[in-house]
Amino acid sequence: MIELKVNGQPRKFDGDGDMPLLWYLRDELSLTGSKFGCGMGLCGACTVHLNGEAIRGCVTPLKNLSGKEVTTIEGLSPNGTHPCQVAWEKLGVAQCGYCQAGQIMQASALLKKTPKPTDAQIDAAMDGNICRCGTYTRIRAAVKSAAGVKA
Amino acid sequence: MSNYTFGESQQAPEKISETTRLAQEAYSKYDMSVEMLDRRGFVGTVLSASALVLGVTVASRSAEAAETSWQPSVYLGFEPNGTVVIMAHRSEMGTSSRSTLPMMLADELEADWKKVKVEQALGNEKYGSQNTDGSCSVRDFGAAMHKAGATARTMFERAAAQKWGCAVGDVAASQSTVVNGKTKKTLTYAELLPIAAKMEVPKDNELRYKTPDQYKLIGKNVPILDSHAIVTGTATFGIDAKMPGMLYAMVERPPVYGSKVKSFDNSATMQVKGVTKTVELPMFKQPHMFQQLGGVAVVGDSTWAVMQGRKKLKINWEASPNDGYSSKDEKQFLLDSVLKPGKVVRNRGDVEAGFAKSAKTHEANYYAPMLSHAPMEPPVAVAEWKNGTVETWCPTQNPQAVQDAVAAAMGIDKTKVICHVTLLGGGFGRKSKPDYVVEAALLSKATGKPVKVVWTREDDIKFDYYHTVSGMHMKAGMDADGKLNSWLFRSAFPPIASTFAPGAQYGAEFETGMGLNELPYDVANIRAENCPAPNHLRLGWLRAVAHVYHAFGIHSFLDELAVANNTDYVSYVLKNLGKDRMLDLGADGVKPWNNGQPIEQFPIDTGRLRRVMEMAAEQSGYGKKKATKNRALGIAAHRSFLSYIASVVEVEIDDKGKLTIPNVWTVADCGKVVNPDRVRSQFEGAAVFGTSIAMMGEITTANGRVQQGNFNDYPVARLSESPKNIHVHIVPSTALSAGVGEPGVPVIAPAITNAIFAATGKRIRELPVRRTKLV
Repeated sequence: MIELKVNGQPRKFDGDGDMPLLWYLRDELSLTGSKFGCGMGLCGACTVHLNGEAIRGCVTPLKNLSGKEVTTIEGLSPNGTHPCQVAWEKLGVAQCGYCQAGQIMQASALLKKTPKPTDAQIDAAMDGNICRCGTYTRIRAAVKSAAGVKA
Repeated sequence: MSNYTFGESQQAPEKISETTRLAQEAYSKYDMSVEMLDRRGFVGTVLSASALVLGVTVASRSAEAAETSWQPSVYLGFEPNGTVVIMAHRSEMGTSSRSTLPMMLADELEADWKKVKVEQALGNEKYGSQNTDGSCSVRDFGAAMHKAGATARTMFERAAAQKWGCAVGDVAASQSTVVNGKTKKTLTYAELLPIAAKMEVPKDNELRYKTPDQYKLIGKNVPILDSHAIVTGTATFGIDAKMPGMLYAMVERPPVYGSKVKSFDNSATMQVKGVTKTVELPMFKQPHMFQQLGGVAVVGDSTWAVMQGRKKLKINWEASPNDGYSSKDEKQFLLDSVLKPGKVVRNRGDVEAGFAKSAKTHEANYYAPMLSHAPMEPPVAVAEWKNGTVETWCPTQNPQAVQDAVAAAMGIDKTKVICHVTLLGGGFGRKSKPDYVVEAALLSKATGKPVKVVWTREDDIKFDYYHTVSGMHMKAGMDADGKLNSWLFRSAFPPIASTFAPGAQYGAEFETGMGLNELPYDVANIRAENCPAPNHLRLGWLRAVAHVYHAFGIHSFLDELAVANNTDYVSYVLKNLGKDRMLDLGADGVKPWNNGQPIEQFPIDTGRLRRVMEMAAEQSGYGKKKATKNRALGIAAHRSFLSYIASVVEVEIDDKGKLTIPNVWTVADCGKVVNPDRVRSQFEGAAVFGTSIAMMGEITTANGRVQQGNFNDYPVARLSESPKNIHVHIVPSTALSAGVGEPGVPVIAPAITNAIFAATGKRIRELPVRRTKLV
């Protein structure tokens, strides 16, 4: 039995401990905001926070999560007003939108640690998150907008 | 429902894209079931099958409409409370068509955008084409949106005039309300609904359209409807669709195209907890079109279970004619093929005579590899087979193709296929080919339950409808002053046509019509030839299609010619583009494909091409800034999807040969623009997509097997590899709206490689760039 918290709620899981967190979130908890993109931690579409750190849900087995706290895009803010979410909307970042939950989770974890990131810090933090629509210039601008640093 | 004639009054325009037409033709040959023959007999011809059902009225489908609601066209309905319901009949994959088309209708209707509810339409021929590809949603349906909006607005205005007993000229609609100009009284659309619904539909010549200065949404930067749902993780993509009692499935597909399951052992698979069944899928029949590949499916109660179960399958595959397929050999084949004459697809003058008389000639061969679409959401579909009907939720660019393909696979009529379209996590052409929906339908029938088929990234990259590989040969003859007098352009590529006509080795009209037979330059002798090439796996269109490789060849070659004449691309093109004119391809025996549009409406205007090139040069400083050893500009200007695009790319190359892109300047003349910010976003995205193609995209095969499988070996551009700044300038234009989603892509690769040449002196004639050491 694995006990963990997801978006503040206690959860118990007694299935296959090798199952990655992503499929638990999506198939069992119906938290489908975290997306499947590669299954190898290469694209970041499944990014969630584990005790505040950005991790890849697709390669994080549940057996490692006992006593841990997971936050998904659904739990990032009560009504979608995290500074990143606001900035993302303000700058019209999303095209298809599929990767953006992962992008926002990655960016919000960055800003928690580094509230005023430089361009280089943004690039380094966001480089693991692929956007096939190519919204990168707006992602960088939105991170800066959320951080209140000059574009 | 007060008046059933309303629905018939506003039929959708019949627009069939080239690819839809190809698919329909192919299906007509494939499906010889009695129903299809009967229908063909009734309609008379194959193609008008869709024309017939366009006559179906919305009103007759009362299930879709509440008793008192009213639908004056296929796109538009009104709820009794005044809510305006606009049907989004095109798919949303990031280009904003789901927001932009309804926004056009709402503006013309004078509806309060905040009171508009956009509903995603089911697949249904009554909407006209729903095939969201070819960069044509606004172009093909903008007028229908305006007409639907103007029709309903006129009826509300007339209803108000009737109620007030005044002249229609005394009233005007504004934001879901009609105002009496004299009395200043107002009536809301909701209040007017009962009267309006009983009125006759105005005739076309009675409609008054808003003038551009009256627009409140069109021409403004309007955010997409799904913006908040996206940033909060509540938007529903295909992979998020669920049905009660749904099973999950993954399919182990034949590793070589065309190989069949000889035998398989599922004993270890069935031991995996949660796996309930394995199902052998039939192999496709030729022509392939949008059928499943075949293989063995593992079905179970979770994604993880079937993923684990699939790994334990043991399958013996039969030999396939494609077992020996190697992309290395194919490359040589294509580059040999273009050294021999091919099928002439355009001829002006006599290139051989021209070469003989030329002061100098220049030749070059180019190669561009196969590509995979790799949308961030891999193919996925949920389907339920029940009592001879299939209901599906899927991310598809073409719900009517879903109906066709599923109907053919299940042996049912297409009207028995109910296709709900979810948001698409990227499409790029992949999701207009619904083989994955067919798999889900077949598996639902085999299990008696709704089934979700999930493709992993490896499935996606190994079993795509690939963007084809191409070899090109260019030869130019020049006068002593460098002026071009002759241009021979040969292109060999396994054609997309082979997906619809087995064994086809020459490009379909839309493939040769993308770049090969439409060089716009003022050259006395031009010959374009398409050399034959066989396919060895499934091919399909990817964002910008044949323009991707043809533009790479054309604009690399122009840059080479410029260099050979000690000048730059812009000066050289200006010297050879000739005076501003509408290109007459007919004079060279070419029926221009022109994106399926009449050349009179969308002429090939060399002046517009010249202007975007000059503007991009000016904005970027091209030709003024001196290239340095590690920093330089490259340019390409190309017409595609009826739009005129020029991009300048700045590359920086460090001592180790690592390339970065500090800036891209794109100038786009795509006619009238509806939502400028979304247009800019498409060109920003195109610069990144084009960077992926230029720098890293490559699918290879050995022993018939695709060698890539995920983003580690099929990399796409990441943030640090993408252009750091992308400056998009939209040319103000009153010309007809043209393409936006695709035309930004083709110019990027040649602009990058031209910049690399300027910086390093290395001419890249083969993509991707990462195969070449830059220092």
